Amino acid sequence: MLTDITIGQFFPGTSVLHRMDPRTKLLLLIALMAAIFIFDTPGGYAVLTGLAALLAVSSRVPLSMYLRSLRPLWWILAFTFLIHLCSTPGEVFFRVWIFDMTKEGLVRGFFLCLRLALLIVFSSLLTFTTSPLSLTDGMERLLRPLKLVGVPAHELAMMMTIALRFVPTLIEETDTIMKAQQSRGADFSTGNALKRVRHLVPILVPLFISSFRRADELATAMEARCYRGGEGRTRMKELHVGGIDYAAAGVTALFLAAMGAMKAAGV
Amino acid sequence: MPIELKNVTYTYMTGTPFERTALRDVSLKIADGSLTAIAGHTGSGKSTLVQHLNGLLHPTKGEVLVDGVSLAGKKKEAGLARRKVGMVFQYPEQQLFEETVAADIAFGPKNLELSEDEINRRVRSAMEFVQLDYETYKDVSPFRLSGGQMRRVAIAGVLALEPKYLVLDEPTAGLDPQAREELLRRIAELHRKKKLTIIFVSHNMEDIARMAERVVFMHDGRVLVDAPPSEAFFANEEIEEAGLAVPPTVALLSRLQENGLPVEADAFTVEETVKRISRAVRKKGGTTC
Repeated sequence: MLTDITIGQFFPGTSVLHRMDPRTKLLLLIALMAAIFIFDTPGGYAVLTGLAALLAVSSRVPLSMYLRSLRPLWWILAFTFLIHLCSTPGEVFFRVWIFDMTKEGLVRGFFLCLRLALLIVFSSLLTFTTSPLSLTDGMERLLRPLKLVGVPAHELAMMMTIALRFVPTLIEETDTIMKAQQSRGADFSTGNALKRVRHLVPILVPLFISSFRRADELATAMEARCYRGGEGRTRMKELHVGGIDYAAAGVTALFLAAMGAMKAAGV
Repeated sequence: MPIELKNVTYTYMTGTPFERTALRDVSLKIADGSLTAIAGHTGSGKSTLVQHLNGLLHPTKGEVLVDGVSLAGKKKEAGLARRKVGMVFQYPEQQLFEETVAADIAFGPKNLELSEDEINRRVRSAMEFVQLDYETYKDVSPFRLSGGQMRRVAIAGVLALEPKYLVLDEPTAGLDPQAREELLRRIAELHRKKKLTIIFVSHNMEDIARMAERVVFMHDGRVLVDAPPSEAFFANEEIEEAGLAVPPTVALLSRLQENGLPVEADAFTVEETVKRISRAVRKKGGTTC
């Protein structure tokens, strides 16, 4: 059912990755993602893949969850692979109708898929080990300098926190409403496209009504507690960068330097 | 046997770290024409249990039979069996969506592909039954009604399906005392007059004591007690384990009994309790005021 969705989910834990500061994780993720694009040599990918595997194991999140996070992109991966397999000029080793499959295409398709998969696994490492709340906290802090040029960092983070907070609530509610309408004989899975769109009305109308009601109640509750935005606001849990963070940044820098050297050497 | 659960086990999110077993080997038989109450603490599995009764959830292990037909099948038979069970969810007014009361109630019958006349007849009779005047309310937007009225519209929407079995998940939650009395009376009437088999989930031991012919206490996905109220409410140990409370009338009478007043403790309405106490006091020779 709907409640079985796990994409972008946080798995509580106490591993090194869980204990890191969200800002460090965010910055290192950006660095690693850039590395995926910059160090596009077989050696570079080997190192990155090894690093991803190492981090996945050390996160103590079941490894099957990482595979699960790849599942929604399965089709894109397969499609990318096929396109490159058939459209890269080079030594033809197999021919189906007008499609020439080349060895060069095989290699390129493989590396592109690996690149996409690595991007997803690295992002999953962040979302699996960081609670949504501390993630938005980290983003707020990182965006703070941009306040000088008029970016409402706190407000953006608050909006994101609220949105994330209500995702599970809305999923649950959608699930209940669907079940209730099914109990009244509604059928969501058959009929042509037009019919299916019409079937959404009995779900969407109640969902919108309750979302507006919730938004209204939340606004009242926030006002009743004198919420006035980010100015002069203190927090209960202050973020702070510790030893783990410096170590992680150091190790990542080392890896990046190594990959740079490998690229320069042409491995 | 009308509704039968055979060794039903249900697990949410199998194969993830969030796996949770909500029902453990539950077997129940619900007789035709009975009024059964299911009680239990939050998370005891009672809502999961009732969602099995019309095939919204399918058991991970075990089987649910309605009139001898398993609900798990893809066949037409299973679909028809599912339709025999009407289901009123918690806060059913949150599922209203149509522009008028009549159109919302007609949603169910329309899905059954009945004739226009039959739909109209059912909408009328369902509205009558929940005491909403057809002419006054049929063209009113359901969102302009009061909370109690909205709930009645939602219940009428299920009654219009004319189910043989009716499941209600906490039907009185969030209603004011008057609306609640009224709704309970309607449910009792459905049972008495229309001979509907009713299963209702409730936290409220008073309601259960007054209404039910049979009580099922759930705890941690298991059936702890399955007995008529006259027995169920004296299973003190189980009631405590399930995190529930004895109905106030039973609690009062039990205390009086402990203190030496010769009174029977199995009264579930205030009137009956008053009668018993005054009778016992007179018998004891004390003075009544």
